[in-house]
Amino acid sequence: MTVAGSIGILVIIAVILALGIPLGGYLYRVFSGTGSRLDAVYRPLERLVYRAVGVDASVEMSWKAYLRTLMLVNFVMMVFAYLVFRLQGRLPLNPDHVPAMPWALAFNTAASFITNTNWQNYSGEQSLSYLSQMIAITYLQFTSAATGVVAAIAFLRSISAKRSDSLGNFWVDFIKIHTRLLIPLAVVFALVLVGYGVPQTLQGHQVAHTLSGAVQVISRGPVASLEAIKQLGTNGGGYFNANSAHPFEDPSAWTTVLEMIAMGLIPCALVWTFGRFIGNRKQAAVLYVFLTAVLVVGAFVIYANETRGNPILAHALGIHGVNMEGKEVRFGPALSSAFAAITTAFTTGAVNSMHDSLMPMGGFIPMLFMMFNLVFGGDGAGLLNILMFLIITVFLSGLMVGRTPEIFGKKIEAREIKLATVAMLVHPFIILAPTAITLTTQLGKSMLLNPGLHGLSEVLYAYTSGAANNGSAFAGLSGNNVFFNLTEGLVMLFGRYISIIAMFAIAGSLAKKASIPASSGTLRTDTFAFGGVFVAVFVIVGALTFFPALAIGPIGEQLQMWASLGH
Amino acid sequence: MVNFWRSIRFTMIFAILLGLIYPLVITGIGELLFPYQAQGSMVKVRGQVVGSMLIAQPVTNPGLFHPRPSAVNYAANGSGGSNLGPTNPALVKEVRNNLQTVLQQNPGVSPSQVPPDMVESSGSGLDPDISVQDALLQIPRIARATGLSQAYLQGLVRQYEQHPTLGIWGTPMVNVMQLNLVIERRLGKG
Repeated sequence: MTVAGSIGILVIIAVILALGIPLGGYLYRVFSGTGSRLDAVYRPLERLVYRAVGVDASVEMSWKAYLRTLMLVNFVMMVFAYLVFRLQGRLPLNPDHVPAMPWALAFNTAASFITNTNWQNYSGEQSLSYLSQMIAITYLQFTSAATGVVAAIAFLRSISAKRSDSLGNFWVDFIKIHTRLLIPLAVVFALVLVGYGVPQTLQGHQVAHTLSGAVQVISRGPVASLEAIKQLGTNGGGYFNANSAHPFEDPSAWTTVLEMIAMGLIPCALVWTFGRFIGNRKQAAVLYVFLTAVLVVGAFVIYANETRGNPILAHALGIHGVNMEGKEVRFGPALSSAFAAITTAFTTGAVNSMHDSLMPMGGFIPMLFMMFNLVFGGDGAGLLNILMFLIITVFLSGLMVGRTPEIFGKKIEAREIKLATVAMLVHPFIILAPTAITLTTQLGKSMLLNPGLHGLSEVLYAYTSGAANNGSAFAGLSGNNVFFNLTEGLVMLFGRYISIIAMFAIAGSLAKKASIPASSGTLRTDTFAFGGVFVAVFVIVGALTFFPALAIGPIGEQLQMWASLGH
Repeated sequence: MVNFWRSIRFTMIFAILLGLIYPLVITGIGELLFPYQAQGSMVKVRGQVVGSMLIAQPVTNPGLFHPRPSAVNYAANGSGGSNLGPTNPALVKEVRNNLQTVLQQNPGVSPSQVPPDMVESSGSGLDPDISVQDALLQIPRIARATGLSQAYLQGLVRQYEQHPTLGIWGTPMVNVMQLNLVIERRLGKG
């Protein structure tokens, strides 16, 4: 670890927080109906889109109507993407003549991108046409992020609502999040990336005759337009197999810093938007402090482990220094470690180094962050998880101090607790059950690249990544078979939609409740003491459910490594 | 049912907007403002594309700088790392092979001098950069093969060394293609 590297990591996180606050305020103004100076520009444009889609902007929706519409349009878009993958061989914009995807892989890929996961059982440069990269992948990278954000916004309206049924209009929210946030940010960021060396072309691959007289086929394509929304939308699905480790996706230290900031921007902003919706900025500040602390600790655990290097190589071959296996020189250990922490905290899933080759405890942190799934979390989905754990924390602390649990002035009753518990328990269930099943099958074992406990980590990481809608991988796992494509596809869908459904049901019942004014008997949630309890709850719940699996995965591997070197 | 038709209309309209118009607009503006970058930073020597500034290529010539080891043999249409875990015996084997190659090609170098990036495979398999230490260790070999002086080559590495951005982001390094182009030009081949 160096001082400069450490400062570099801290500066990135500080910039994310600093930009998140004004953006969070902006999102509040867009979605709370407070007027904005930009209305004059956007209103006529949006009216045009409403008319084209056939939307009546004045309709107010109940939680059921809002949720039904959200699910329906997600389903239609998923089918659309599936068809594009199946037909890409016959569709235009395919200069490298890529054939159709097999059905199971097409299902997995469609499920992966509609759920904002971006798990990739294919290699982009070989398995997707330019058209698929644009009209299926890039497209869903916008709409899946938008789906997460509007779900979070709808929930926030339920908290601030007073005895009402309405959560707003899904279509209006869904269109606005594109026009007022995602499209402008993506256009600017994509052009910046082109300027720094990310290709953006419809010309097919380039054949080069190298300096040593060999022939090298260089894949390229419309990369920058995908890369921008890949990060802003906390998607993470790369254009190329190597994702952001590929120099065309992430050509310099500077671009990787920008990509990290882009990942953190919207999830961080939404925490501030939440504070504005409940009229309590201190609540958002308390969450910022604790979540940032968890993020910083995680980033430095990775950084420490990676800079210490691999003792096995030092012992066997005399190679000392940073673990550079799977890393790029332009990022070095600090930016690779920061990226691994940020991509899993904000559940993006992009990688600029190969996580499978991280040191055991370096790979432990990304897994842990995905198991938490709320260290800011993905666009919208992260805030929903934070709110779910806030409800559970209020309930637990209410039990401890003997007060009626209430949050943001609304009483928490049996129904809300049951639903929050469902949303919470789905996550470990859909990770641990399929991991266990896969590891008991012959097929499952044949998918592993690495032997021993590291192989177990590969499968555990895969289902954790799917359930958390992250998409990063211990990429040694060869998961492109029908069994894994289907199970992982279902895990991604359950991980996404069961918790969204449960949270909407909570939103429905919260919206109807009267707001109780705070009194001296109210358990305040905007204090640092409560923030500490909140972290303790999600760490303990996370640790208890996942600890056995982590113990025989990365922790066990670390102990084995020490044992083998006679420490 | 109304919402079903709306969903289909939304899907189609936004697929065209976000999946075609957006990338095509970026392509148009990108080609206009940054044609070199937009096409992949391709390098031409005497009118012929010899590679990309950003993509490592296999170098066999002892008179040129060699890039880092690649788990995919520098396939620029099939990027990737080794994905070998830190405790996997195959990793030790891979690094041992890479180390042997380095020691064989650069006599006089001892394993303790070798920086990890010189013998451990990159994440993309296409890492265009090497650490300064890696470059310096290759200089005696290049000098022998080309007849260029070691002092000249060391000066070259110093001249093209890229420093961390703002002093905090990244590591000191050199771009292999950049150095090799200068050597080729100097030798009258470029």
